[in-house]
Amino acid sequence: MTTTAVVVLVVSVLVVWGGLALSIVNLLRSPADVGPEGPAPDEPAVGERTD
Amino acid sequence: MAARAGAGPATREQWSGQTGFILAAVGSAVGLGNIWRFPGVAYENGGGAFLVPYLVALLAVGLPVLLLDYALGHRFRGSPPSVFRRLSTRAESLGWFQVGISFVIILYYTVIIAWAVSFVWFSVDTAWGDDPAGFFTGEYLQVSETPGLSLDIVPGVLLPLVAVWVVVLVVLALGVQRGLERANVVFLPLLVVLFVTLVVRALFLEGAGEGLTAFFTPDWSALADPGVWIAAFAQIFFSLSIAFGIMITYSSYLKRRSNLTSTGLVVGFANSSFELLAGIGVFATLGFMAHQEGVQVGELEGLTGPVLSFVTFPHIISMMPGGPVFGVLFFSALALAGITSLLSLLQVVSSAFQEKFGWTPRQGALRVGGVAAVLSVVLFSTTTGLPLLDTVDTFANEVGIIGSAVVMTILVGVVLRRLPELQWHLNAVSSTRIGAWWRWMVGIGVPVVLGYMLLTGVWTLVRDGYGGNPQWFVNAFGWGTVGVIVVFALVMSFVRWRHDPDELVPWPELPASQLRHGGQKGPRS
Repeated sequence: MTTTAVVVLVVSVLVVWGGLALSIVNLLRSPADVGPEGPAPDEPAVGERTD
Repeated sequence: MAARAGAGPATREQWSGQTGFILAAVGSAVGLGNIWRFPGVAYENGGGAFLVPYLVALLAVGLPVLLLDYALGHRFRGSPPSVFRRLSTRAESLGWFQVGISFVIILYYTVIIAWAVSFVWFSVDTAWGDDPAGFFTGEYLQVSETPGLSLDIVPGVLLPLVAVWVVVLVVLALGVQRGLERANVVFLPLLVVLFVTLVVRALFLEGAGEGLTAFFTPDWSALADPGVWIAAFAQIFFSLSIAFGIMITYSSYLKRRSNLTSTGLVVGFANSSFELLAGIGVFATLGFMAHQEGVQVGELEGLTGPVLSFVTFPHIISMMPGGPVFGVLFFSALALAGITSLLSLLQVVSSAFQEKFGWTPRQGALRVGGVAAVLSVVLFSTTTGLPLLDTVDTFANEVGIIGSAVVMTILVGVVLRRLPELQWHLNAVSSTRIGAWWRWMVGIGVPVVLGYMLLTGVWTLVRDGYGGNPQWFVNAFGWGTVGVIVVFALVMSFVRWRHDPDELVPWPELPASQLRHGGQKGPRS
């Protein structure tokens, strides 16, 4: 491979796959409880409705 | 879980967690186009330099529209017809338009997967012999001379097609958690493993370096060519499964407290990561072919689409040591990528009907799937299937999907002015916050770019027809398809709902400062 092509390959991989890695880390590091206080309509589990 | 799906927040199906959702969303996004569209498009549009417009497109169009889909589905908790109706009663037909597009795509997508399954078997003994092109259109598909609509079903296509339908309908009938999610949890990692194996193998082929050089060498002058930028926006747009109902539906199964923007970033980058991997693998393999034939990579043809997969790659497999193994892996990967995308399309249609008519997932799967299965056999497994597929696909994408995106962004942004509410919703539940730039991109930037693509695409189709097919054929099956979807959308919006969709209370509740007519700035944007 030519040097230019190698450089572009490495940069592409770093940006795209690196972006994926960073976004995963960002997600894993987020607090579990973002959002307003108080239960949302679907927490805790509600009983099933019958037809 | 016996509860029926989607009538209200108490009974709506849910992903078992964030991971399930991400795997399903990535499974939906990663499909045939990641493998056979991206590499060729990148190569033809500047090679390594394409990375620049591609990333700009991902950040400026792809992710913003993905987040729009997420916000709509997550806040209004339904498939597109439910969601758009909750925004504005008369907007329901846009939702059905998206459902219609998905349905049409399902009809031929299943057939392509059937081809991939067939070729897994063909790879074992390189059944295509010396003439893969002739084998594909002749012996295998038995394509007829004149385009039209024949009822001569091709048994070699019918059998794998039936198998594909059985598998996807079973998955669909099992519902979101037990069917859809589980299928993606198994298939997506398997797809990644298969594909990484292929790419590593390809990198050790002789000539791989030349292929990669051809792919990654940048032609910086391409950046001055608007066509290249349009190609980048088109690629991202089609690749991410956005703007025609899938991501709306998928995000509606997330629980209310879910981190939307952070997962959106993961899904967007995961989709691009797979495409890049595919680009590396495809061009390493093409480099090998060029080396074997003593030509330059630039002289090769058949670098994209079904031709790449079903003609060029078989040709290469015949030349390669260990070709049959490579072939089995490659076509299996193609089938898996296709199936996970197909499931998402089916879920859109099935859930729309479940919500409108109060059906269970099983009823949705059997009724919608049953009709679709029959139509796909009759229309696309015959000797006239290939040109029909090609035409319908082009119109579904270039008129249907892009049209849907333009209408959706203009409707939600300019007409109904709901972007501030949706931005607020995204920020209320997510840790990664988005600023006002998102509203500008979705409300103005995206409609302008996609509107331009729509107009030029339609103009070209009107002026040049398509694929060298006779004009009556293009009118009937190209424009006709679009017309049928429009009529379907309008008719469905007049049919009565089994349960009132307007009972939904969106959560989190908008603070008074965010009320539409107040028009004030929300939380720090």
